[in-house]
Amino acid sequence: MLLENVSRRDFLKGSGALVVTFAVAPRLAGAAVKTVALDQVDGFVAIDGAGMVTIYSGKVDLGTGTDTALAQMAAEELGVAMASVKLVTGDTLLTPDQGITWGSLTIQSGGMQIRRACATAREALLEQAASKLGAQPGELGVKDGVVTDRSGAKQVAYGELIGNQRFQLKVNDKVPLRDPAQYTIVGKPIPRIDIPDKLTGRFTYMQDFKLAHMVHARVVRPTAIKASLQSFSDAECKKIPGYLRSVRKGNFLAVVARNEWAAIKAAGAMRASWSNWQGLPDKAQLWEEVRATRIARDENLQSVGNSAQALAGAAEQLKATFDFAVHTHGSIGPSCAVAELKDGKLTVWTASQATHLLRKQLARMLDLPEQNIRCVYLEGAGCYGRNGHEDAAADAALIAMEANAPVRVQWSRADEHGWDPKGPPMLFDFRGAVDTSGSIVAWESEQFAPETAKPFAVTLVAAELAGLPKDDAFPGNIHGSLAIPYDVPNVTVTAHCLAETPFRPSWIRSPGRMQNTFANECFIDQLAAAAGADPLEFRIRHLKDARGHDALERLRKLASWTPRTRPTGGAGELAKGRGVSYVKYELVRTYVAVVADVEVNRRTGEIRVERFYVAHDCGQIINPDGLRNQIEGNIIQTTSRTLIEDLQWNRSAVTSLEWQGYPILRSPTYPRC
Amino acid sequence: MATTITFNLNGKQRQVRVDDAQMPLLYALRNDLGLHGPRFGCGLAQCGACTVHVNGQALRSCVFPVASAAGAKVLTLEGLGTPDKPHPLQKAFIEEQAVQCGYCINGMVMQAAAFLQTNKRPTESQIKEALANNLCRCGTHLRIVRAVKRASEMA
Repeated sequence: MLLENVSRRDFLKGSGALVVTFAVAPRLAGAAVKTVALDQVDGFVAIDGAGMVTIYSGKVDLGTGTDTALAQMAAEELGVAMASVKLVTGDTLLTPDQGITWGSLTIQSGGMQIRRACATAREALLEQAASKLGAQPGELGVKDGVVTDRSGAKQVAYGELIGNQRFQLKVNDKVPLRDPAQYTIVGKPIPRIDIPDKLTGRFTYMQDFKLAHMVHARVVRPTAIKASLQSFSDAECKKIPGYLRSVRKGNFLAVVARNEWAAIKAAGAMRASWSNWQGLPDKAQLWEEVRATRIARDENLQSVGNSAQALAGAAEQLKATFDFAVHTHGSIGPSCAVAELKDGKLTVWTASQATHLLRKQLARMLDLPEQNIRCVYLEGAGCYGRNGHEDAAADAALIAMEANAPVRVQWSRADEHGWDPKGPPMLFDFRGAVDTSGSIVAWESEQFAPETAKPFAVTLVAAELAGLPKDDAFPGNIHGSLAIPYDVPNVTVTAHCLAETPFRPSWIRSPGRMQNTFANECFIDQLAAAAGADPLEFRIRHLKDARGHDALERLRKLASWTPRTRPTGGAGELAKGRGVSYVKYELVRTYVAVVADVEVNRRTGEIRVERFYVAHDCGQIINPDGLRNQIEGNIIQTTSRTLIEDLQWNRSAVTSLEWQGYPILRSPTYPRC
Repeated sequence: MATTITFNLNGKQRQVRVDDAQMPLLYALRNDLGLHGPRFGCGLAQCGACTVHVNGQALRSCVFPVASAAGAKVLTLEGLGTPDKPHPLQKAFIEEQAVQCGYCINGMVMQAAAFLQTNKRPTESQIKEALANNLCRCGTHLRIVRAVKRASEMA
């Protein structure tokens, strides 16, 4: 049987810059299309006659280098060279649904699925080789895709054994994995496979993707988030050469043109009249509004001892309130998508982190059978969660249903800042007490944040505007890491799940866990100060977890931490000091401990972080340099979000629609780390 | 009225025929001439993703009218160097792995290339200042600054 296995990237790479021909689904001659089953080796792995390995991954590279890491895991487990591995990712026709690319799960969960599929494939190939070479599988070794017996005299290559045929094997969940002590590829700082093309203008981002006869569309956004379109006229648009038409569905209004610049001009020339909607809260009263929002339900996230009794019995009760502003994802490249309707079948090229989910959402919105929709991933600008990529895809799909050509929708900067879903406002109340020996005796926290009991999806803007069937908006796993990693005898941690939130919420790196950790770690500092304890020592004293201890002890050494029991900032205009923070991600995953050297201007209130020291234990590391790159990025993005980012709005809409209105950290003020 | 505009792009004479001579150069480069280097980021000259050189000056092609490029020498990331013959900056960025999503990288490299023309041995803080108006959301600046420093030491 012949596998017509032509990967998307081959097409993209070989196609030149202008028009990209598109992928052919691998078909087994006269048989069904490639399986995408999660329990089948063929779902994940194919090997051709030349021994080239294709890995089909439902997890996609969002600019974090995971394609390289997944290729390392596959190459290691199969026993082939890195150069023999290519990836096809996030294509609903070709790749298994491994869930949304979120939650730092690409390696931990998706990578392990691929690793087990590759190990199952390797075991099968070794068995085949054994019978071909007349040897026992245990006597065989594999290197660079060539199986060799102990004497080295007999050899057979993977390509000869399986070349282009299917494995037709279930993934063995208990398959023996390679011994990490023998690793030659995993654990090495292998340079990322995408970087050379990104440095020379040869990489095809979503925004670069083109089809023959493609038209360009722009959505004309309402002047208020929930305004109704009362009337519109495209008379001025018609004067623009290249303008083709408008598309209107309810409150969804778009312009279509032959070229991109004409579409941009037409969007500006469209005269639309919108109703006056002023349903957003007064920004100055945001936290009062959040506190007054109806609570749909409470969720207890941690309960130890009796915190109410312990607080009542304490000599002094400490209280604190923290809030965390509304944030935009702020991708540097605004969202973009291309959609084509052909013979009743819709294909959408998208930078979505969740192509399988997007397909379901589009099927629902457009009332199309799921099997008639294919979503194909192409890398966009980093999204850091659920940004506007899916919404651009829905815009393009909706317009493509009417246009007689493939449609490209490129969001403007204002679209991205104004209409991507937002990291919701989050508010916290804390109460706690320490005893005379300096130990925490009671800890209570309450979180006020959007309801989480919803399916994993975020409402598509196009569905909302057009009045089409739509999903609710899940804000992400915002309860994670609110429960504390410390050993305290009386703890009550409660999430108040709010029935309403001002903006369409979604997950933004790292939803809830960032805000919760910020609040927890601020409060433990207050308790440490009340106990007259050194904040690092205080944390260690309340920690039983050995790996947590280790992270903090390594940090102590790395940062040359000097114990302090009172502020050391001095009395001048510039106060300098250092702080410490610790988290065990969701209480079950990565350990992170950091020290920050901080400078506060007492007159202006400006805070500047000079330097971070980080101790990070995430378990097995696939690519140390890739991990370091991510840690550096997370430190900087988190500093930016914590210190300066703050969405602006009036009663009708977001008003921080560009980078002056929504500043992020710039190079001169980046902390070192 | 359609106009034909001619300029030198990466060493070759190229023509574009446009309906609107005020169209920003970025769209001519990306859509009419098929380049992937210069990128659309904001359309407001704020983020730097679209940076190209016109007559040796780094500028924001998202707000620079294509008509103003007539007769000029336009250099993009593609013309700066190739995989076989990379510019020292491209080489240094690869060596430092100074990329996350990479969407801003065109601007970082093109801005830095113009900067290194005027300051061949910059300090770290001069590099940071030179790139202050090039935004990166992934937080890759630490590596980017190291890469520019490395490139300056190569030449």
